[in-house]
Amino acid sequence: MAILVDASSKVLIQGITGKQGTFHLKQMLAFGTDVVAGVAPGKGGGVHEGVPLYNTVYEACEHHGIDASVLFIPAAYCKDAALEAIEAGIKVIIIITEHIPVQDELIIVNRAKLKDAVIIGPNTFGMASWKCKLGILPNIAFSPGPVGVVARSGTLTYEIVGSLTNIGIGQTSVVGLGGDRVPGSTFVDMLKRFEADEATQVVVLVGEIGGNAEEEAAEYIKTMSKPVVAYLAGKSAPPGKRMGHAGAIIERGKGTYEGKVQALTTAGAQVATFPYEVVEKVQQLIRRS
Amino acid sequence: MKCFEYTGKEIFAQFGIPVPQGRMVMTAEEAEQVAAEIGKPVVIKSQVLSGKRGKAGGIKFADTPEEAKTAAADVLAMTVQGHPVQRILVEEKLKIESEIYVAITIDGAAKAPVIITSAKGGMDIEEQAEEDIVKVHLDVFLGLQPFLAKDLARRIGLTGNLAKSYADILQKMYNIMVRKDAELVEINPLVISEDQVIAADAKVTIDDSALYRQKDIPFVDEDMTEVEKMAKAAGVGSFVELGGNIAIMANGAGITMGTLDMVQLFGGQPANFMDAGGGTGVEGTAKAIQILLAQNPKVIFINIFGGITRCDDVANALAYVKKNIGIPVPVVVRMVGTNQEEGVRILREVGIEAYREMKEAAQKAVELSKAGEEA
Repeated sequence: MAILVDASSKVLIQGITGKQGTFHLKQMLAFGTDVVAGVAPGKGGGVHEGVPLYNTVYEACEHHGIDASVLFIPAAYCKDAALEAIEAGIKVIIIITEHIPVQDELIIVNRAKLKDAVIIGPNTFGMASWKCKLGILPNIAFSPGPVGVVARSGTLTYEIVGSLTNIGIGQTSVVGLGGDRVPGSTFVDMLKRFEADEATQVVVLVGEIGGNAEEEAAEYIKTMSKPVVAYLAGKSAPPGKRMGHAGAIIERGKGTYEGKVQALTTAGAQVATFPYEVVEKVQQLIRRS
Repeated sequence: MKCFEYTGKEIFAQFGIPVPQGRMVMTAEEAEQVAAEIGKPVVIKSQVLSGKRGKAGGIKFADTPEEAKTAAADVLAMTVQGHPVQRILVEEKLKIESEIYVAITIDGAAKAPVIITSAKGGMDIEEQAEEDIVKVHLDVFLGLQPFLAKDLARRIGLTGNLAKSYADILQKMYNIMVRKDAELVEINPLVISEDQVIAADAKVTIDDSALYRQKDIPFVDEDMTEVEKMAKAAGVGSFVELGGNIAIMANGAGITMGTLDMVQLFGGQPANFMDAGGGTGVEGTAKAIQILLAQNPKVIFINIFGGITRCDDVANALAYVKKNIGIPVPVVVRMVGTNQEEGVRILREVGIEAYREMKEAAQKAVELSKAGEEA
């Protein structure tokens, strides 16, 4: 089992013929993702890497039942592309693009909320469940198994998920929330899904400094039946400096490493000091259950 | 990107928010001239991004144009928190009856703009008592409706014309946030002076991701160090100078932070945060390595988990810099992922043995950074 999408999900890619879109389309197909259509304005009627192309999302939806869309669209055009997917009724929308203006993100994310669509990202590696990868997570990192992973950053997730896979511990789903100030989905949104997913035994939360998503997650973790292992990046980050991600900044004393560790520990989560400790802690929990 | 106060006030004036009469100048003579034009006592304000410029002596008052010239010369000779003052704002001195705090920013957790206001302006908002602060989230699709602006005026105790002016200013601040892609529009203090409401200060921060469509706002890089400016010019994804002696490069913001944390936990001092980005290629990576060298570190530590980034690209970049420019300090590389074998082979040719585990590599980098200290 998995959350949000599974091997039967029908997937659309917006911006499918670009350099990034093409590269990751091939990777997604190799992973086993059922990519049923692509949108590339002006190229409708054509075929790209075996996938039929359409000029608009509405047109693609007329020909296929679409469960999820992945956007490889330049930042300046992302608002329009994401709204198009939302208005066409697609319920899971993955926005890989980074550097989308925050005013555009506010519109996308709030419209999705009204239309009951789940946004993953922006500025994310996407997500993966068994035979359904939506985004850019390296194929070799993922393996099927009992651990749910939700993270704000990409490469750190590859590091942790790759290590889990290497010692034979697989994942139900791996979800990247993205590093922006206004993410479409939060830790709490995903923790709720992992809590409800029968196959997930342990949840790994990979957070970082800035904002209060980890503190909110801690409140929810108090009510969870499943164990949570957390790792947070940014312990050494000075206040007021943006650590790569738009959201990774300690502002006015808020969003500190210490505050988040305290909240998560109090809530009963195990907090790892080093990324490799996550794997050790998960291993112990799996062995115990 | 933080704007200087005078830029903020130019934006305010453009949107119709009342600001004191005045102008930005760069010499004492011009300051004298502006003071003469104003014909009233003036205030000379250093234009630096630091918040504490008043305490640092960067704000002076003058009653006559001659005094303004002297005061301006003093302020222009100053350095405020490491930044030499290059620009000053000469403005009419307001008769302040009371001070209000007001700001519009974006609350990421609430996924909404938020207005924060208080009848007690002048001081930092975080120093104020919770009960003195009024906070309201806005619906992005409704924006700031007039009824809400009016009610906020009531909640901070304003009546009559003052309430009307305040509500009008709020509306214009909201318009600035939306149309200028501002992450923060803050006025502290918003002053009541002779039955008028006037913005005595202006803090406007523009969303970095939206600068491409806000080209008329002058670019400010005063809060960047020289190496940070070099990194930006070289197109390095994301770089922050931190002052230690272990220069670090990784790919991805999360793993870069994780690498810095690990180095610090093992007792080392990171020189910088550098997220070289994904799929940067040989040329871009070579430029990034030269930025690391520009900091004169004792050790260079490169941590790559290759996804989009190819290990052979990173290795080729290192080999190129080593052969053509020279790397006078030890280099520790941890490298796994896409094209790992090829990367390791290329590095071996130039005498660098790559690590597989982040932990061992970080420990080695810290050890090398301390070599010679005991001697």
